Amino acid sequence: MSILRTCGKVCSLAISPKRKFPELIFLSLTAIASFSVIFFIIGIIIVLFKESSLAIGKFGIVDFLTSTVWNPVTGVFGAATTIYGTFVTTALALLFAIPTALGIAIFVTEIAPNFLKGPIGIAIELLAAIPSIIYGMWGLFTLAPIMSRYIEPALQNTFGKLPFLSVLFKGTPMGVDLLTASVILAIMIIPFTASIARDSFNLTPSVVKESAYAIGATQWEVVKNVVLPYSKLGVFGGVALSLGRALGETMAVAFVLGNNHKIATSLFDAASTITVTLANEFTEADSDLYLSSLYYLALVLFVMSFVILAISKFFLLKAERKYSR
Amino acid sequence: MPSEKRRGGNIYMKQILTIAILLIGTMLINHAQAEDMLNGAGATFPYPIYSAWANEYNKVTGVKLNYQSIGSGGGIKQITERTVDFGASDKPLTSEELAKGNLLQFPAVIGGVVPVVNVAGIKAGELRLDSETVCKIYLEEIKKWSDPTIKALNPKLKLPDSDITVVHRSDGSGTTAIFTDYLSGVCPAWKEKVGTGTSVSWPTGIGGKGNEGVANYVQQQANSIGYVEFAYAKQNNLAYTLLKNHEGEFVEPTFESFADAAASANFDPKRDFYLWLNDAPGKKSWPIAGATFILLAKEKKDSNMKVVKFYDWAFKNGDTKAKELIYVPLPNVLKAKIEGYWKSNGIQ
Repeated sequence: MSILRTCGKVCSLAISPKRKFPELIFLSLTAIASFSVIFFIIGIIIVLFKESSLAIGKFGIVDFLTSTVWNPVTGVFGAATTIYGTFVTTALALLFAIPTALGIAIFVTEIAPNFLKGPIGIAIELLAAIPSIIYGMWGLFTLAPIMSRYIEPALQNTFGKLPFLSVLFKGTPMGVDLLTASVILAIMIIPFTASIARDSFNLTPSVVKESAYAIGATQWEVVKNVVLPYSKLGVFGGVALSLGRALGETMAVAFVLGNNHKIATSLFDAASTITVTLANEFTEADSDLYLSSLYYLALVLFVMSFVILAISKFFLLKAERKYSR
Repeated sequence: MPSEKRRGGNIYMKQILTIAILLIGTMLINHAQAEDMLNGAGATFPYPIYSAWANEYNKVTGVKLNYQSIGSGGGIKQITERTVDFGASDKPLTSEELAKGNLLQFPAVIGGVVPVVNVAGIKAGELRLDSETVCKIYLEEIKKWSDPTIKALNPKLKLPDSDITVVHRSDGSGTTAIFTDYLSGVCPAWKEKVGTGTSVSWPTGIGGKGNEGVANYVQQQANSIGYVEFAYAKQNNLAYTLLKNHEGEFVEPTFESFADAAASANFDPKRDFYLWLNDAPGKKSWPIAGATFILLAKEKKDSNMKVVKFYDWAFKNGDTKAKELIYVPLPNVLKAKIEGYWKSNGIQ
């Protein structure tokens, strides 16, 4: 019935000439909205290219990407340290966040009693609503001291003594380092991964789950053999989304990463990411080459995000095709 | 039903119209006021005092001053492109740079930089340091508080045998520029290895974002040393050090020692006041300081006169307010020089 009625409306719209005008406005508005995004993207690329042309001309592409020098005084700039920092913090954050987020999602959908599901779900969504600067301030004033006083010395005293791992735990634990920054990033991206994973877990048909339980599967077996395979795609999407968020996150890590342009080998070393460098140095960049190099960094991040998102999209599509078959 | 809906739509339309008319109205009013409006942009450091002065100036004269603290680099850029009435920079420009952009320059207020420490048992104003020691600490040549050079300066203090944690700014800032210029001036090794800049390639230490970041690390980390703006050290009761100045005297960072540095320093109107206040002569002068500057477009006489009128008023009436916000007002000698500069450029 209802389908018929909607069809009737649509059909009459298409036919009646009186209604054509509003329809046209509606269509063009949506088209304008969509195309404006493309225009903005192109505009941003043009500006990034134009502003960074000085630095591109001076340092080239390969040299800029591989040089570890970042010295505003002598005017020599390279992106290797910040690219490295961006990748390391993002990878570590994902390493911390994915298992936790999956745990949350499994608990909320499969294990928790009903009265707990609501509060935990709301808590996760609230976590996603906190502005990143708040995470930054919290990280600086609360997390960093805790890390430097308790967690990092404990790690150093245990893992720091193992033969190969010791490299990762060298140096004085200051709380202003890769580890603290990654932990904050992880806390920030957990809500994204967790809520998307939860939603995709919920999509698992309960008939399948119930049949698994009926043949005597335990909760762990149901999650491992039924729920996870069913929702792989959604989980992957959530991870890709959090990856994008972690790559571009600025304020949360700007306070606790130290903005140190070095290739850090220890988790207790200060480092820098592209966005942190931009946030820290943009306002007081006083020479043209300096400013241009910062734009160049932004361009590098732009390309990096684009490539990473393209890769994850590619995998998503591949998985989707496999599943639809 | 449909007629009711249409009526609802009309009410909606009316609301939109009213809002639009109101908006256009306010825009027109704003436009009318624009004549009494001065626009400035630049350094973040003097923002609180400029806006406090602007507020009082507005009450007295009705002239509005809109100052955007976008950073010194941005301030120089905006005035060069003539998008504002005046720019502000923590970094002085040389006469050659000014000539290139057809600009004028004068100092407005003094900012000082103060080393602060966190060593058990040492209170504010107890630890004595000299330029060489500060430089060596930041170059990581002096690694422990018990180092003989520090001990020689402080024979009476009990210094721990522990590593020094060096804290510096992680963001680009005028404070860093003043501090690194001081080190470059007094310490050839620093000039050669690091140099002067709003952000530099630090040989050692951890970076804190903003004065609050550095202060926070120094307070959290035992046996650390950092540098912050004078106002920040004073407001947060940080343990500042004494420094040996150009004349070899140990001085405390106070309004007077900064003002003395500014008074005895050789600000030269002929060179558009280009000067870093570091290592200034004078027995009571604090050695790490810098003025923050105002930049004007030379050809825009009318707006320049308005800006000058504002700063003239501020120089005459704003010292108490400046001290309240812990800025060091310019000494009278310097104010007189600036007035001469204004007159010779025909903007007062």
